[in-house]
Amino acid sequence: MFRRLDAAATELSARTVRVTVDGAVLACREGDSLAAALFAGGSNACRDTAVSGSPRGPFCMMGVCYDCLVTIDGRANQQACMTPVREGMVVGRQSGAREVAA
Amino acid sequence: MNRSASNDTPISACDLLVVGAGPAGLAAATQAASQGIDTVLIDEQPAPGGQIYRAVNATPLRDRRILGEDYWHGLALLEPFARSGARHVAGAMVWAMNRLEEEGGFEVAYTADGQTRLLHTRHVILATGAQERPFPIPGWTLPGVITAGAAQILLKTAGVVPSGPTVLAGGGPLLYLLAWQYLNAGVRIDAILETTPPGRWRQALPHAWGFLRSAYLAKGLKLLRAVRAGVPIVSGVTAIEALGEEGALQQVRYSAQGRSHTVPAEQLLLHQGVVPNSNLSRAIGAEHAWSERQDCWEPVVDAWGASSVSGVTIAGDGAGIAGAMAAEHRGRLAALHAAMSLGKIDKARRDDEVRPHQRALARASRGREFFETLYRAPDTFRRPTGDTIVCRCEEVTAAQVRETARLGCQGPNQMKSFLRCGMGPCQGRFCGLTVTELIADEQGRHPRDVGYYRIRFPIKPVTLGEFATLPQTDASRDAVIRIRK
Repeated sequence: MFRRLDAAATELSARTVRVTVDGAVLACREGDSLAAALFAGGSNACRDTAVSGSPRGPFCMMGVCYDCLVTIDGRANQQACMTPVREGMVVGRQSGAREVAA
Repeated sequence: MNRSASNDTPISACDLLVVGAGPAGLAAATQAASQGIDTVLIDEQPAPGGQIYRAVNATPLRDRRILGEDYWHGLALLEPFARSGARHVAGAMVWAMNRLEEEGGFEVAYTADGQTRLLHTRHVILATGAQERPFPIPGWTLPGVITAGAAQILLKTAGVVPSGPTVLAGGGPLLYLLAWQYLNAGVRIDAILETTPPGRWRQALPHAWGFLRSAYLAKGLKLLRAVRAGVPIVSGVTAIEALGEEGALQQVRYSAQGRSHTVPAEQLLLHQGVVPNSNLSRAIGAEHAWSERQDCWEPVVDAWGASSVSGVTIAGDGAGIAGAMAAEHRGRLAALHAAMSLGKIDKARRDDEVRPHQRALARASRGREFFETLYRAPDTFRRPTGDTIVCRCEEVTAAQVRETARLGCQGPNQMKSFLRCGMGPCQGRFCGLTVTELIADEQGRHPRDVGYYRIRFPIKPVTLGEFATLPQTDASRDAVIRIRK
């Protein structure tokens, strides 16, 4: 698990941004990347891979590994580490490969 | 962008494009703009600083003792850049760059907030920096295993740190810097698993003179002393395995001095040095060469950073790892050279103005050979075996790559056709070096002869929707309209 240092926790209460992750509300510090907010909220994993369905989480935090892909506001395959949190953002865990609509 | 052209004219223009806002890019853009060059700096992050000075103007950790003075030096680059007149395009990803055959220069495609724009530039400075060297060990894809660089970004940008059992593993200055910053912040580290082989100090000794005269010595010793006092360090680690169930890291198993140990861990932070981030320099067609000292590819550049592609200069760690201080001086060298190429200054003035920067670069580069020799990533951690995943995106194992190489696969590009390794969204960034080395290993060849993936534009995934927002020009319409009414 990850946690916020006191200085960051203070900023969280002063400048809170609320997003929902799989339906649950997550309070984030304004300026956090979504990946940082997910770590601070206690989730190390954010998706299941398309190849084997194994759980994965953010790995590089700088936009090069593509392991932090999530669905944001209905758009799949968004990099959580490259996306700043925004009030009202709707985030979904990504499960496996996409299915072709019938 | 102040003079954005997105609404009226579809394509904007500048004389110099700098890609990347780390120390090299910031220094290059500042220097170039002060030379009177119309300069644009495009960077992926919301704020300038690169990874080394990530969030330096926005970090929640205002107690300067936590991250240390070397980090706060980044502020000294931001203010002159802000005043320089260079245009800063933040949060934008450059994904294509093509030579304009008729008018010269390059057409550059970049996307920000889902909107794609085109920019024409006469000269390019690539300052794309470094990324973590792939460190393929069993279990490195488990959630809870992240790079030390990622952990440091979490610390700098969000003040987010591990809680619960935490292990750092690998080698290199960054591993100890992170440990030191964690200790400053009151974060507990349960162990550092040091993979530097015991004989390395002896090998590095011939390079000690440069190190002894460098700024690294005093800082390094202070830092090492603090970390040794605060964290149990296991030296001579020869194998590391991340173990877990239900998608979460639970334990780390390692071997040292011939014995195996297992420790509980919720976080494993990996580091085996950094390598140039070269997808853009490769896609644009610049020549790259294998570095024997650093076991990675580097673009071939001259003393100014000029690449084999005319009009493209490369500065900072993206042109070969030399660290943040060297990067800013290399950025200034590249800018002065670009100024001459663009006809803003003559050769005499370039050679005159560059002198203090060359001296500063020489000072900043002292001691690097010592580090490179000491912290060269051990073979066992660069050339994995068995079920260890090599390509994280397509989940291809070392055994698969090795077997395919034994069957006679000719190189990394054919390996893609066999196994799909390197064909996922990271575009080979976390498997390319490993695949080159495994083929070399199995076929008894040198990595330089094995080669690397052919990197093509777009260098990062772009959606069709983002393509569709490309500016419409007569030429682009003519290209798709076959029959005119």
